[in-house]
Amino acid sequence: MFTEFIGKRSNKVRNTVERGAVKKFAEAIGDLHPIFVDEEYGKKSRYQNNIAPPTFPRVFDYGIIEGLKLPAKGLIHGEQNYHYERPLIVGEEIQCYSEVKSYFEKTGSTGNMAFLSIKQYGEDLDGHLIFSSEQVIIIMEAVRKGMKQ
Amino acid sequence: MSTLAELRAGDTLNDIVLSPVSRLDLIKYAGASGDYNPIHTIDDEAKKAGLPGIIAHGMWTMGNLAKLFTPYHEEGFLQDYSIRFKGMVFLNDVITLRAELMEKNDKQLKFNVAALNQDGREVLVGTAVFAQY
Repeated sequence: MFTEFIGKRSNKVRNTVERGAVKKFAEAIGDLHPIFVDEEYGKKSRYQNNIAPPTFPRVFDYGIIEGLKLPAKGLIHGEQNYHYERPLIVGEEIQCYSEVKSYFEKTGSTGNMAFLSIKQYGEDLDGHLIFSSEQVIIIMEAVRKGMKQ
Repeated sequence: MSTLAELRAGDTLNDIVLSPVSRLDLIKYAGASGDYNPIHTIDDEAKKAGLPGIIAHGMWTMGNLAKLFTPYHEEGFLQDYSIRFKGMVFLNDVITLRAELMEKNDKQLKFNVAALNQDGREVLVGTAVFAQY
């Protein structure tokens, strides 16, 4: 039911790698390393600033893919990957957008399942890629039926 | 602590064992990440979804696992980090984080990574490619 969305992209949204958000995130994953949170330590590092943890892009706004509506419940996060050209620097501004990468349905031992892959991108303001990520979401048949009602 | 450059294929980083998963851990992660799916924080909602109780955000565990590499930030960065969520993490589970060096190429270290629960079952597996400067 999401086949028609393959290749569709969201608008680009400007995000800031906010210092407070990075600290809160680092704390939430139990990794309050000074490279993420201590300004002096950051200045002395090779980045001359603090950086963000690799899974921090979870917090960014990636815009809206027109018409794409995922169910609020019943989704299973199957896979996740991140690719980086370099770490994200605290304070920098980036542009983010998302794209439907693939969609297919499969019948397995637990019934019919659907796999939706959404790719997300973060670029600097000159349009150079900093990171991309891809999430595979598994949608069970019961949930898809619920959506059609 | 040694450097990653000194590692050989088959070597592992020191395991990290997390404190038992608490509700507050997951409430904090919900707030920090913006993922307020209630199956991670509210018992009734988890039960309605057919779960025995609340489960950790997969991304909470994936976020935790990445900290095995944080101390090496002057040597390089995580270029690729790929995870498959294999099992659920429940309250009070004790999660062990693990990384083993598989391959060493020019300026790249490829690790197999995993998070295991107290029964030794993998809840999350994947690979991490550390790019060296």
